[in-house]
Formats: sequence, C-alpha cells, structure tokens
Amino acid sequence: MLTRRSLLLAGSALAAAPLLPARLRAQTGPLRLEITEGVIEPLPFAIPSFIARSGGAADAAADITRVIAADLRGTGLFRQIPETAYISTVTSFDAPVQYADWQAINAQALIVGEVEESGGRLVVRFRLFDVFSGQPLGEGLQFVGPREGWRRMAHQVADQVYQRITGEGGYFDTRVAFVHEEGPKNARLKRIAIMDYDGANVQFLTDSRSLVLAPRFSPTGDRIIYTSYESGQPRVYVMDVATVTRRPLEAISAGNMTFSPRFTPDGGSVVFSMEQGGNSDIYRVGVDGGGRTQLTNAPSIETAPSFSPDGSEMAFESDRTGVQQIYVMPSGGGEARRISQGTGRYGTPVWSPRGDYIAFTKQEAGRFHIGVMRTNGSEERLLTASFLDEGPTWAPNGRVLMFTRETAGADGAPAVYSVDISGRNLQRVATPGMASDPAWSPRLP
Amino acid sequence: MTFRFRASALLLTAALALSACAQGGLRDGDTTTLPGAGGAGSISDPTSIAYFNQVVGDRVLFAVDQSTLTPAAQATLDGQAQWLLTNTEYSVLIEGHADEQGTREYNLALGARRAAAVRDYLVSRGVPAGRLNTISYGKERPIEICSAEACYQQNRRAVTVVSFGTGV
Repeated sequence: MLTRRSLLLAGSALAAAPLLPARLRAQTGPLRLEITEGVIEPLPFAIPSFIARSGGAADAAADITRVIAADLRGTGLFRQIPETAYISTVTSFDAPVQYADWQAINAQALIVGEVEESGGRLVVRFRLFDVFSGQPLGEGLQFVGPREGWRRMAHQVADQVYQRITGEGGYFDTRVAFVHEEGPKNARLKRIAIMDYDGANVQFLTDSRSLVLAPRFSPTGDRIIYTSYESGQPRVYVMDVATVTRRPLEAISAGNMTFSPRFTPDGGSVVFSMEQGGNSDIYRVGVDGGGRTQLTNAPSIETAPSFSPDGSEMAFESDRTGVQQIYVMPSGGGEARRISQGTGRYGTPVWSPRGDYIAFTKQEAGRFHIGVMRTNGSEERLLTASFLDEGPTWAPNGRVLMFTRETAGADGAPAVYSVDISGRNLQRVATPGMASDPAWSPRLP
Repeated sequence: MTFRFRASALLLTAALALSACAQGGLRDGDTTTLPGAGGAGSISDPTSIAYFNQVVGDRVLFAVDQSTLTPAAQATLDGQAQWLLTNTEYSVLIEGHADEQGTREYNLALGARRAAAVRDYLVSRGVPAGRLNTISYGKERPIEICSAEACYQQNRRAVTVVSFGTGV
C-alpha cells in the first residue's frame, strides 16, 4: 500500500500542471473544457462516494455516485480517476478540500456530495471543485425528491457538472422513446417504449399487436406522436405518456395513410405526411386534429418534416428530382430550396435544437451514414458508416445524436447507438432487446 | 353440416400455416388470405384463391426505388384483372413493399406508390376501383431476409391479396 501510494505520487508529480493539455485549461481562467471538433484529452475527475448522512441513505449514496460517474464517463469527455488512487478521504461534505491531494493524482475536477434520507425523501447535495485553481466551480446545490427518483437526481447533478465544465447544457436528465423489436426479421413485433437516456427505467407504451413506427416527443416531453397500424392502415396517433392513453391525430377517410409525424416547436401543431392515391405530401394540423393545411403539393414523395427551433422554416425530404434529397422551405408554405448537394440519397433531416445544424441519413454505394450539415447545406460531415444507419435524433444540447444501426443478413438486428457531432464516442445505447427509431426527449421540466 | 365446414376451414388454415412456415415465416398476405366461407381452395379450381396466388400470380416486382410496372408485371396484372373480372365476389387489398435499403418513412411512401401503381393498372383494365384497397408496409415485412440483391428483388413487391367478400 505504501509502495503503491508513493508510486502514484511520483507519477503525478511528473504530470503536474505544466503538462496539462492546453485545450483543457486556459492559462489563467477557471476549469473549462471546450467541446471542439478536434480530438480532445478526456478531463480527469474524482468523485469520492457521496457521504450517507444516515444508514438508510447508504445504498442511495453509492448508487447516485455510480450514476453520476457513468454519465460523465459516457460522454467521452471525462475520465474517472479510480478511487484506489485517491489520497484524501472525504469524511464530511463541509470539510475543507485538500487540493494538493487531488492535484497530486491529477484530478482536474472533484465532485463531493452527500445524501440524506428523511420520510421517504432524498436530499442530494453536491459541490464541484476546480482542483488546480483551488476553488469551487459554481455554488453547492441541493436536490430533493422521492427516494425512487434517485436516478433523476443523479442525472441532475451530472447535468450541472457537465454544464459548469463545458458551458453546454447537460443531457442526462432526459428520456428516449424508441421502438422495441422482437421476433424474426420477416415477422417483427414492435412496441413503443420509453426509457431514461442511459437505458434505465424501461416502460412499454403499446403492446405488440400492431406494428408501430418512429415515435417523437412533444416539446414538453409529456406526449409522444407515432405511426401505428392498429386501425389497419398506417395512421398517426398521439399518446399521453403519463396516462398511457392514445388517440388518432385526426379523422382520416379510409385509404389515406398518415405517417412521419413531428410536433412543431410550440407544441401546438403536428406536421406529418399523408398519402393520397400513392402520392405523399406534408400537411400541418392542430394537435387537437383541427385546421389541416397542406404544406407541400408535388407528385413526388415529400416526408420526414422537421421544423427549425424558431418555427420559421421546415426541412423535409423529397425525391422530386428522382432521388431523395433534403429541402428547406418557409414553414407557412412557399418555395423550397434543396440544401443537400453531395452524391447519393439524403433523408430524415432533423433540425438541431440549437438551430446550427441539420442531421440526416445519407445512403451511397450500398452504405448508410449519419451526418450533419449547416442549415444551408454547407459543411457536410459524415459521422458514421455502416450497412444501415438511419434516423438521427438530437440530444437537447445539440451536441450528441442517437440513431438506429441495423446489422446485415437473415439474423440482422437493429440497435440504438449514439455519437457526438464530431463523430467521436460512438456507443451502443443499452436497450432491453432489439431497438430502433430512437427519439430523444427535451430536457425534462 | 356446420361442424364439417368448420373442420375443413381449420385444416385449410393449418395447411396455409405450414406452407408459410416452409417459406420461413408468416407473410402479411397469409394472415389476410386465411379462408373465409369461400376458402383458398385447390389450385386446380380456377375460381380459388390458391389458383389466383399461384397460377395467375399474386405479386409483381419493382426495380430499385421505382414504382414503374415492367412488361412482366403488366402481364401478371392483366391476368389478375381478368381473374378479378371473372370472380366478382372477391375483394382486393394491394400491399406495397420495399427492400431494406432505404429509410423507414421514405420506404413507407415508396410502398404506397407501388401499391397505387398496381391499383391504377387494375382499374385501367376494368376492375372497379371500389373493390381495390391499398396498404403500404414499407420495409417492415420482407418476405426474403438475406441482405443481398437476390432477396431485395423479391422484397420490392406489390402483392394482390384477394379475399372472399365484396367489402373490405
């Protein structure tokens, strides 16, 4: 033990402040990690197990610490220093921080917390420290919630840490709607499901009797809109997540398929595709089903609409030139301009919640890619490549995407993956089985 | 009488299920062609659904990302139209499908376009539009499951599913 500690001390002395990657720290200012497009060195952090203020809070304290650490590690931007390397022991939430001990193991950020339980409620407090400046980074914060909500509180702490260090909003206290799949490739059963962004707390919202496709969240996260075959024809349904009750979006005469629904940014309307006589165009209707207006009118396929966050423009895909391409038009209707300029087929445009990029699926030479481009089509960048990648969805901070990746062959199966917008940190997202069509929720209220 | 009738319907159902298994799984067409009072019947009976499916041909295939009917497809549909005009007690659901090489919602629209191409052709050959309904499955229900053109070309299809009864 002594030997080990001294070795670590010797190593950390070599790795002291002057050798820190410049991008992680300004020469003077506080701890800051810039999310740039270059390769970055993950920022080392220490998170001693949160202190349990009572015996009843011990499990929660350990679980919360574990989830916070997993959130941060999962971004690919942070590296957790193993607890075995720690020199200091944190015995009290209010004790002065021994900065030298954390500097010695090259922890740049230190997260200290405590958990208290009283009357079935948890109180979670945390502080974040900039180890090399020897200062707290932001104020200490306290979260209070029901015991069963411990995961949310952990994600909220991690969101705070992420935000304070990167300057970007966190995305851990979010949920993901997706399609759970079972059965052989030619007879798949599909169910709409919802889970925490990290795969915890899975809840099924539909049974497997009807084929269901492509859920999307409302801007407040309390409703999901999706396509179901339950009436016999593909048709758009609106579901209230809390009560798990659903209704058709609007009354449609038989024979007209409706599909590809998305909410408008104000949550008051839904844009979707409707097929008539084999031709699909994009329509807008109030979320109560009233006041339908037609937004595109062409003999080609118009689908996959996505509004800009300010509601002024709408991206969509069309094969009006004979090949699937991405267009942008004023959201009230009017002339559409093509923005995808490369070779191949472009579909499923999704406007970033920050308004700076449009994510898309690209198909070329038998391969599929997830990519991003500026909203005028410039700076196209492909983030992934595989047999079949499709359907990107944005984290609420506009810096990470999830999508469906399906493997080839008779045993081919879909799974949900995430990648950040620089193309780094490709990861499979935990799901209870085969899964497709992820939709990332907004930040939860 | 009633008992015997039901028994034969059950046997027929079992036979269909077996043939579906032999092909590697249930097809949407199979679930909707389970016999009603008319039955799928024998392939030797030219008024039977079995005859329509196997002798006339219940499906046409499409080129990649296309809904244009090839001469071969038109010949098949000419046969379908003729059969439907002779066997007026059957109604029709035309399923449009796509292969897996496309995005989900686009393929749904593409399947609808293929189903409509078949419906329009049958109408042009005199089949009353009121007997014809369409549905798209996009890439959701492949009949062949390999990831190669040999399978894809079988999946880019429109299947004319006939069932006994005039209303759907």
